[in-house]
Amino acid sequence: MLGFLLTVIRRDLLLAARRRGDWLTAQFFFVMVVSLFPLGIGPEPELLKRIAPGVVWVAATLASLLSLSRLFADDHRDGSLEQMLLSPEPAVLLALGKAIAHWLIYGIPLLLVAPVLGIQFALPAEAIGVLVLSLAIGTPILSLLGAVGAALTLGLRGGGVLLTLLILPLYVPALIFGAGAVDAMLAGTGVEANLSLLGAFFMLSLLVAPWVSAAALRVSME
Amino acid sequence: MSINWYKFSAPASFYGLAGRLAPWFAWAAALLTVVGLYLGFFVAPTDFQQGEAYRVIFIHVPAAWMSMFIYLVMAAWAAIGLAFNTRLSFMMARALAPTGAMFTFVALWTGAFWGKPMWGAWWVWDARLTSELILLFLYVGIMALWAAIDDPRRGDKAGALLALIGAINVPIIYFSVQWWNTLHQGSSIKPTGSSMDEVMLAGMLIMAFAAWFYTAAVAFVRVRRIILERERHTEWVKHVLESA
Repeated sequence: MLGFLLTVIRRDLLLAARRRGDWLTAQFFFVMVVSLFPLGIGPEPELLKRIAPGVVWVAATLASLLSLSRLFADDHRDGSLEQMLLSPEPAVLLALGKAIAHWLIYGIPLLLVAPVLGIQFALPAEAIGVLVLSLAIGTPILSLLGAVGAALTLGLRGGGVLLTLLILPLYVPALIFGAGAVDAMLAGTGVEANLSLLGAFFMLSLLVAPWVSAAALRVSME
Repeated sequence: MSINWYKFSAPASFYGLAGRLAPWFAWAAALLTVVGLYLGFFVAPTDFQQGEAYRVIFIHVPAAWMSMFIYLVMAAWAAIGLAFNTRLSFMMARALAPTGAMFTFVALWTGAFWGKPMWGAWWVWDARLTSELILLFLYVGIMALWAAIDDPRRGDKAGALLALIGAINVPIIYFSVQWWNTLHQGSSIKPTGSSMDEVMLAGMLIMAFAAWFYTAAVAFVRVRRIILERERHTEWVKHVLESA
């Protein structure tokens, strides 16, 4: 079982390594969206510091959706998804492996870029630390829940836009707790409450989302 | 008399039952609305703090209750449909969603009318308003998913899965948005007794029942349309359409 999971992850990582353009697009999208805010709002450091957590988090959710629309689509098009579902291995592991691979490809680079954006927004060092930590706990939630949406909208016309409609409302708690942790750091109150709740939401997503994605994949492939 | 419930889980027999029940529910809704609104607008006393503007609660509170209740019922039908693979359950879920979205919108709309004189703002980012808005987004998402999938069976199940995961998420969303300081007044009806005038409470409860009967009537009418559309190739639908 673990072997199957690792195989799914390794396969997706290999595919991503062969097609760097695909996931780099989402990263540059993330950086650009965040960078547009100072241009629209103005360069005052105090104001930027105030909005930084929310802006970075909203951009992270949008960037995740951008890359999620292709999570199952390529495998669906060439028929390999159907073969993987027909295999005796549980579909839950396939869905989980896909979500983990998505996070490794989209989440890790995002964590590496986020501190630079934090500096652009005049965030103090410890707040940047909390921002990265909250993204580290929160972005797996985005990958897990997003995989459900990607499986539900598989092969539909206008699937990408539909995916945003379905999934963005479900992202709300992650956004609130994630950005809230950094806000709490800036306000000088404790960050533990927000991070703990974010962690709890991550655990719940990990327990529920792969099963729902697997069921959604089966529905979409019928 | 024992009722054979399984009989009515077949769309063909439920079609007739829904058709017989819908007018009764519609009349009950109309009657209760008249009584409830009369109590609310003419009998209930003026609130000593909020003046006449409080009277929007006779529409606002039942609409807000129904918006959440319909989502739960819809998710329950979705769960039954996924568990037992009954076609009618999915059709009921589809029939309920537009009414739920309508009540969510009404709750937000009337809330804005109440908020302007009371808070001095049409909209505030308060926990209840925000979660009601997200509830509207969830309804819209589910209906958009149904609309995008042409194959009814796939659409049924995909929408049901989304409704279920939304139902798990609704309480989490509610508690997460409560992290903001809430401007919304606390609940006036508590298990230990109500702080409201009895006539006000009666008016509100009657309006809530009116909204419930209305929802049932509309859902029955809508589910009949869905049944006809889905079963249009069968003999009994041809009979129905010929005799109509």
